[in-house]
Amino acid sequence: MIKFIVRRLISGAVLLFLISTISYVLLYLGGGDIARRILGQTATAQTVADKAHVLGLDRPLFVQYSDWLSHALSGNLGESWFTGQPVTIAITSRVAVTLSLVLGATLLTAVISIALGVWAAVRRGWVDRVVQFISVLGFAVPGFLIALGLVIVFALNLRWFKPTGYVNLTDSFPGWLATVTLPVIALAVGGIAGVAQQVRGSVIDALRQDYVRTLRSRGLSQNRVVFKHVLRNAGGPALAVLSLQFVGLLGGAVIVEQIFAIPGLGQVAVTATSQGDIPLVMGLVLATAIIVVIVNLVIDLLQGWLNPKVRLS
Amino acid sequence: MTESSLTETLLDVQNVTVEYPVKGFRAQPFRALKGVSLDIRPGETVGLVGESGSGKTTLGRAVLGLAPVTGGSILYKGRDIAHDSRRARRRLSSEIQVVFQDPYTSLNPSLTIEDILAEPLTVRRMSRRDANRRVRDLLDQVGMPSSSGDRLPREFSGGQRQRIAIARALALDPRLIVCDEPVSALDLSTQAHVLELFRDIQENTGVAYLFVSHDLAVVRHLSHRVAVMYHGEIVEWGDGEQVTAHPEHPYTQRLFLAAPVADPDAQEQRRADRERLLAAQQEQRVQSGAVA
Amino acid sequence: MIDSQATESLAEASQRSASHASLSKRMLTNPTGLVAIVLLALVVLSAVFAPLLTSHDPNTASLHDVLDPISGAHPLGADSSGRDELARLLFGSRFSLAGAALALAISAVIGVTGGLIAGYYGKWFDSLSQWLTGLLMALPGIVVLLAASSVLGPSMWMSMAIFGVIMSPAFFRLVYASVTAVRSELYVDAARVSGLGDSRIIARHILTVVRAPAIIQGAMVMGIAIAIQAGLEFLGLGDMTIPTWGSMLNDGFVSMYRAPLLLLWPSAMIGITCVCLTLFANAMRDELERSSTKPSRRRRRAASRAAAFEHEPVERHDDDERSREITGEELLRVTDLAVGYDKPDGSVSTVVSDVSLTVQRGEVHGLVGESGSGKTQTAWSILRLLPDGGRVTNGSIVFEGEDLAGVSEKAMQRIRGKKIAYIPQEPMSNLDASFTIGSQLVEPMRVSLGLSKKEATERALALLARVGIPEPKRTFAAYPHEVSGGMAQRVLIAGAVSCDPDLLIADEPTTALDVTVQAEVLDLLRGLQAEMNMGMILVTHNFGVVADICDRVSVMRNGRIVETGPVRAIFRQPRHEYTKALLGAILDEGPARGPLASGVTSQTTDAAAASPAAGNVSEGALK
Repeated sequence: MIKFIVRRLISGAVLLFLISTISYVLLYLGGGDIARRILGQTATAQTVADKAHVLGLDRPLFVQYSDWLSHALSGNLGESWFTGQPVTIAITSRVAVTLSLVLGATLLTAVISIALGVWAAVRRGWVDRVVQFISVLGFAVPGFLIALGLVIVFALNLRWFKPTGYVNLTDSFPGWLATVTLPVIALAVGGIAGVAQQVRGSVIDALRQDYVRTLRSRGLSQNRVVFKHVLRNAGGPALAVLSLQFVGLLGGAVIVEQIFAIPGLGQVAVTATSQGDIPLVMGLVLATAIIVVIVNLVIDLLQGWLNPKVRLS
Repeated sequence: MTESSLTETLLDVQNVTVEYPVKGFRAQPFRALKGVSLDIRPGETVGLVGESGSGKTTLGRAVLGLAPVTGGSILYKGRDIAHDSRRARRRLSSEIQVVFQDPYTSLNPSLTIEDILAEPLTVRRMSRRDANRRVRDLLDQVGMPSSSGDRLPREFSGGQRQRIAIARALALDPRLIVCDEPVSALDLSTQAHVLELFRDIQENTGVAYLFVSHDLAVVRHLSHRVAVMYHGEIVEWGDGEQVTAHPEHPYTQRLFLAAPVADPDAQEQRRADRERLLAAQQEQRVQSGAVA
Repeated sequence: MIDSQATESLAEASQRSASHASLSKRMLTNPTGLVAIVLLALVVLSAVFAPLLTSHDPNTASLHDVLDPISGAHPLGADSSGRDELARLLFGSRFSLAGAALALAISAVIGVTGGLIAGYYGKWFDSLSQWLTGLLMALPGIVVLLAASSVLGPSMWMSMAIFGVIMSPAFFRLVYASVTAVRSELYVDAARVSGLGDSRIIARHILTVVRAPAIIQGAMVMGIAIAIQAGLEFLGLGDMTIPTWGSMLNDGFVSMYRAPLLLLWPSAMIGITCVCLTLFANAMRDELERSSTKPSRRRRRAASRAAAFEHEPVERHDDDERSREITGEELLRVTDLAVGYDKPDGSVSTVVSDVSLTVQRGEVHGLVGESGSGKTQTAWSILRLLPDGGRVTNGSIVFEGEDLAGVSEKAMQRIRGKKIAYIPQEPMSNLDASFTIGSQLVEPMRVSLGLSKKEATERALALLARVGIPEPKRTFAAYPHEVSGGMAQRVLIAGAVSCDPDLLIADEPTTALDVTVQAEVLDLLRGLQAEMNMGMILVTHNFGVVADICDRVSVMRNGRIVETGPVRAIFRQPRHEYTKALLGAILDEGPARGPLASGVTSQTTDAAAASPAAGNVSEGALK
């Protein structure tokens, strides 16, 4: 088991290194005359050259990159070109907000989709058809349309929730709940649809396995077999989809945060992108990659726990 | 001497070894065949019998060029084909053909019977009209109505599909057909008819068979000579009657007595024989162990 | 969004599916598919003929018309710059659809080519592309697009091209899964032996399989591309100089409080297009899966044909000396049993009918027949473990004085395992791969017999030793994939007898095993049956197994018993034509073929003489 974890950690580290290298090269090479972009069209050639020198942009790319990497490893991702704020602080001050949204949505997705999927697979008939229909719709409609719909119906018309803003969990739990409910639902709908379909499919598959009949032939009830054996076997594929959904949710959060005016990573990302604030963009890419690597590691461990073949190979 | 052996031997398998690479760092490759030798004469059926994992299917695949031969040679009409390039191998398709075990996966489900049967013909640049005529002849030869051509494999039963697979093997008029468990997936009554078809075709065309099966009775019924495989080696090899009725190797003896005979009293007898044989072999092992 | 599991099953399904032509025909008769196709066609046509449908220019701003409501001049109103909403919507379709199509084309080209090469040739290209796929799927697409547009500036075409690259794993995985599945298919081997080159094999056998699932995946990718494009532009990061659905959404969001309808039009367009693409994909998948499940239906149809068979009297043999020696009490009496499956149209297809049989304590009753004869259905119906939709439609199953056909599921749970036990055919698939062998033995004993964990463990270890497993403790702790098939079958036998049943139902218990293992397992079954004085129903197609272990035999065909009697009577004096034909097809006692004569042609005469009795029964008569 320890070997398994170590192997996953190493491959995660390699992945992070690759992503950072590739994005550094692409961002800094693709950015064109960065100093000019920071200073604007009115600046003289001399000020631009000075700025480039101050930022270290006149050095060879490899030197710049190794410089950046050694700083990055010690936790220093540089400063924003436009606000001068350290990138690490800009990100860490916002990451909790985004994570609370995304993890909330993931949890909601897991609970509801497993319940729906199992229900549809075991009951079949009309339950199955209704769940299937809802899943198709939820999967097909883009998340931000759902978010817009939720704002218009529940915030503007019914006035159950505030349309925008965010209250910190540490400040007031009810306040936090009131501000994150709509965004979390908006984020989760697509995931619920996708994962519920997957759970339904794998439960139906697992129910058709021969061992289900054999276990029942020894006097175990259908429910016992479903909840102990079928669910565990259906869990693997469902987890795999859930981990993909999580990556999708991180992306979806960018748009949802914009709609609900939530001060998370998404807002930083949109501002940084429109300004061309490359150190900040670089930091965001890295932060996302780290989150994804950690979540994948957790999911891998769960997979190993569910499926002995994964663990032993 | 060499002149006469060339005309008498169609396929000569000499000391063939097959190894499959095993995933993992520095893993030992898996040896599926450990120096296997046998030969097939024109028009002859050689039965290859063994249990799962004995390497019998691998030997068939090695002859077809579908398994990695790492040692020894496979002489076809005197030429070593074990290490042929893919291109050279393709030229052999009119000489060596195959009928697989599973009639459900050996026919492409999305092609019509006509397309399946014409495939080996059109690849050899036969015109579509000639190919269609040949397809009708082939269907006739295996006892299928010539109207089967434009239907899909799933419209046929297992036995009928196996007939189609045989027709495909016959399309290029080969000299040798490797039959890999061709009747094991079939019901008893269908099996008898397909076996008859194999015999009829052999008598009409003089094709030779390498007939792989786990079923001693099937092999005995069809084979002129029989080889018994165990753990990647041939442990007994000779005349069909001799090997299947009076086996000499301890494993063949066990195999023979383990197959239940379809008669209650005869089976009671065979069961007793088997118990006695197992006891005797056990005693022998103990004794040889004591000596060593 | 793209999960490999679904992809693989899709690849599998398509492999077994029918040709493409019939699939597209069926798509048009599938109501969901038809609606989706019609709506998508309308969206595309309205984009193509946009200049004919509106006289406005989508980019002409007019201060006078800012946020105009719906009117004759502006059928859908005007936006915050006074541009005509309908014109922007129609011309926007052009850009939005073309952008998504660009992403689709790029991802399809990269994914399909890469998947074909990696799947067919493997080796280093395989590992490399797997790595790249992992890399591409590690980051959310929108984050990558944001990063790209921070250096490249806002360009819809550029971002859609990059998104195409990001989405290429969707096609790659699908094609890769299909190709690796097809590559190991026997028909590809057969094609190779037929002399086909690699390119022909790919074109003929692999692309045909990939085509339909790739279209499904294409619809999904197209939908995602439309959504992501709209999302980017909604964030204000798109090219604001061209009309697109996303930039309209952005404009509408800004004026949400004053003119909420401006948000509705682009939302509706995006929503309808995405939903239709998904519905199209779903309908196509349904059709693919429907055609791939044909075989099982065929079997049922064959069985339902059986029900139409004339009722014919069962050939019954009287007891002989040997069978009279069995004097145990009657355990099971099945009378006029019929088993049917509910069909979607409400009717019932009957797979077993008029089956009557008895089992005494200490007796082995063989049910013998060919595939589709209903022997396994009969066995399952006694356990009341028929697959979904199956039920006993007639007759009674009296076991120890109780009719199991009418008993509640709760009561049945108390009977299963403790009174009637079951040994399945396929040893591996009948063990749950996620649990240790030991826990699968202990769990039923604790439930059925109420044993403590310690007692159940001890009993399980004793049973494993009894069924001839050399190291019971190690096997107890092992997972199913760590033991051989023969060992797994012994474990299943141990599980079946673990709760001390009176009646054992064994469904082809040795069919999946090698002959030497089969002989050992038959010995084991015989020993246990005598030791525990059980009655047994043994389902098999092998007359050797029948001869070995059965006291009484019922021959089944087309869901009915045609002949029944003591085992010797059936073998010595078969009365029914079908039984005679089956026995005639057995090769056991036939002569060996003998060595090859020097001249091949001289074989003809003696071969004809040697052909067995089966030769005079036509195949049709046996079906």
